[in-house]
Amino acid sequence: MVTMLRRARAEVPVQVPPARRPSRRRAWLGAAYAAPTALVVTLLFLVPLGLVVWMSLHHWPLLGEPEFNAPANYTAMTGDALVRSAVWFTLKYTVVVTVLLFMLAFGLALLVQRARPGAGFFRTAFFLPAAVGFASASLLFLGLLSDEIGPINDALATTGLLDGYVSWTSGSANTALGSAILLVLWRFAGFNMLILLTGLQAVPLEVYEAARMDGAGRLQIFRRITLPLMRPTIALVLTLMVTGSLLAFDQFWILTRGGPDNSTTSLVMVIYRAAFIDLDLGSAAAVSVALLGVLVLVSLVQLGVLRRRSRQESA
Amino acid sequence: MKLARTGYYSTGAALAVLFLFPLLWSAYASVRTPSGFGLENYARLFTADGGIRPHHVLNSVVVCLLTVGGTLLISTLGGYAFGRFDFPGKNALFLLTLAILMVPYATILIALYVLLGWVGLADSLLGLSLVLIMFQLPFAIFMMRNSFEAVPRELEESALVDGCGSVGVLLRVMVHAVRPGIVTVSLFAFLASWSEFFAPLIMLNSTDRFTLMLAVVNMRTASFGAIDYAALEAGVTVMAVPCLVLFVLLQRSYVRGFMSGALKG
Repeated sequence: MVTMLRRARAEVPVQVPPARRPSRRRAWLGAAYAAPTALVVTLLFLVPLGLVVWMSLHHWPLLGEPEFNAPANYTAMTGDALVRSAVWFTLKYTVVVTVLLFMLAFGLALLVQRARPGAGFFRTAFFLPAAVGFASASLLFLGLLSDEIGPINDALATTGLLDGYVSWTSGSANTALGSAILLVLWRFAGFNMLILLTGLQAVPLEVYEAARMDGAGRLQIFRRITLPLMRPTIALVLTLMVTGSLLAFDQFWILTRGGPDNSTTSLVMVIYRAAFIDLDLGSAAAVSVALLGVLVLVSLVQLGVLRRRSRQESA
Repeated sequence: MKLARTGYYSTGAALAVLFLFPLLWSAYASVRTPSGFGLENYARLFTADGGIRPHHVLNSVVVCLLTVGGTLLISTLGGYAFGRFDFPGKNALFLLTLAILMVPYATILIALYVLLGWVGLADSLLGLSLVLIMFQLPFAIFMMRNSFEAVPRELEESALVDGCGSVGVLLRVMVHAVRPGIVTVSLFAFLASWSEFFAPLIMLNSTDRFTLMLAVVNMRTASFGAIDYAALEAGVTVMAVPCLVLFVLLQRSYVRGFMSGALKG
């Protein structure tokens, strides 16, 4: 990569004075066209990024004067029982969802990867839930799993699997978590399937043919060819799943309301509650900064995986 | 071989039923009434205390228009700059824009809330739209840069020779050449702004500023007594139908945007 860039730079012809003026003019033009982007990125991304760190060092009530109190927000955070349980819950949820969602999405992608009759329809059917907003999907499942109008309890009762009333979304910690996981699998499996499909289809068919000629079995081809060649795509999908799960909010806010007994309260819910129920923006900012650190770390690991791969390729 | 094919079709069909069932069920539940079928649930959705009101629909339309329009304007200009010009700081700005993806806005939303409050945009649809535009920017800029890079240089040069200025080239020639990118960016911006829940929840305080999504969810979260599930499913249907219709109509643009993002991202 670096050598390529260097070579490209060396090939740029030495500029002669007459050609200089238009190119400088073009540089100004380009900068002008990029100015709105620079403005938005600075004012709505960099400034808030700095501000959230600054806020985390202050006692910052929703109304009233902020007051420097570092590192009180951070020390209070580590001692807070709700924060601690939310950290564990969010981690548990992230692991379970990432494993299940990845297996389901990969299975779907393998099922529909070849262009054969019906594959297009199947792809669309699996993907369609992703077109619906996540909050809408959460409300949909609230009704679907409800005892009042949902078909699930009735169906289970008629088949004799279930006796009496079950409140899936708020009955117990496990059924509440299970409901949220079911919702997430339904909503995101097709989305991740589509990303994995682009990776699967980027593997040239000749590679498979050559392997088959050499007498490789299906499982061998999958393990030795498909998986290694798909590493960047898999890294991308896993990063999206992990970061998405660490930021889980809608599904718990709408479907389980964080209950029963705060058992499904995620970290972003803690941020929201600290800010808008306890009116303590400083604490909310401190949890945000901690979460941000973890997220950046996950993304950097993904970049590391990608870079190692491109180095292997160029070697 | 035949067995494998039967396995493929039966697995695929069973899964398709599982994935489509919730969507079909919510449409069914939204028209199902105690006495048969009808639009009573929709009537309750729009008339019940704490239900949705016409101005909620209007709010959502305003936010979508501002977000799609703003994203298009900024990303078309920015994509042109990144795809066709060289200027100092170009790579740094491009990487910085993509870095927005690494810092999901859920973590800086508290700061954005305070910041927009300082400039008088607290609890406003414009402030919310600005936040949504910022979050669309990495994908939109990436998409539009690739679109502009793919346009043959001769097209631009011949227009320049014909005496167009660079703004003229952009408006008369380039915009048409990058139309597929524009459609994709608009579709993503619409789907995101129409269905977004967390950002409006933080940014908007007064109920008459609520977007449709926020108003529908409010029917669930603000109710301490019984939840009107049937009206809720009517709300889900109102929210989902525009997205599903647009998606089916523009599936190609969607998948194209997706591929370019997934392959190069």
